[in-house]
Amino acid sequence: MIFEYQIEGGDFTKAGSASSEVKKILRQLNLEPSLIKRIAVAMYEAEVNVVAHAYRGTMTVDIDTGRIFIAVKDEGPGIEDIEKAMTEGWSTANEKVREMGFGAGMGLPNIKKNADELKITSTPGTGTKVEITCFTRL
Amino acid sequence: MNIAEIADRLNFEIVCGSTGKNNMVTWGYTSDMLSNVMGNASEGNLWITMQSHKNILAVALLKELSGIVLVNGHRPDTETVTQAEKEGVVILATDLPAFETAGRLYQLLKENEDIQS
Ligand SMILES: Nc1ncnc2c1ncn2[C@@H]1O[C@H](COP(=O)(O)OP(=O)(O)O)[C@@H](O)[C@H]1O
Ligand SMILES: [Mg+2]
Repeated sequence: MIFEYQIEGGDFTKAGSASSEVKKILRQLNLEPSLIKRIAVAMYEAEVNVVAHAYRGTMTVDIDTGRIFIAVKDEGPGIEDIEKAMTEGWSTANEKVREMGFGAGMGLPNIKKNADELKITSTPGTGTKVEITCFTRL
Repeated sequence: MNIAEIADRLNFEIVCGSTGKNNMVTWGYTSDMLSNVMGNASEGNLWITMQSHKNILAVALLKELSGIVLVNGHRPDTETVTQAEKEGVVILATDLPAFETAGRLYQLLKENEDIQS
């Protein structure tokens, strides 16, 4: 099963709505609660990063027996130094975004902690792709 | 202890999403950074924050929190209220700052734990 969602950069009113939709689907599929919780955190952070840092993006969720795969691909400024971006507390978010409680620099570390596999590819000036895999226990 | 009982004992106003007033509160968590809550709060936690915009709802839903307490007299805007009613996220409010709010909630939950054990 494949689901696709559009994410609008800069539109904080809808931030997290795609993740909330996906979570509802995962619950209907009766996946383990602990797995759903991990996926919820990881995809939310990836979604919010498009809203906070990119222009627009898509979230593709591929649900298969054995694993859930989520790809969040955006058109945006990209990430120069991915290793640095992964550092807890490191953020380029502006003051306004921080005041709303985003920009703690914990998003990517949260994804890493909750995903079984994480792959980030980015071309500065073009965009970023975050690929998250979580395995289901059978 | 559930939300309704806590609201009553600590004099928190139930602003919206009262369908969630029977939610059981496992513990509290205080933070104004959303990623911090995403990373560290647990299911059933009552979230103490001064963030009153719509994005707190997605965090509460995704983390399956029992509710949200807005401190320092903050109130959710109309859009947040409408959405909270729709999603069934209960939002409480108090004029107390976060420190006192957390302190009182901590004490109440601890006392309750002692009674039960
Ligand atoms: N999709 C993205 N496009 C461009 N930059 C990004 C993207 N995701 C993350 N980044 C960069 O990585 C940094 C760290 O991300 P994250 O850990 O989620 O923290 P935060 O979003 O709170 O800043 C961001 O501040 C930003 O510079
Ligand atoms: Mg982030």
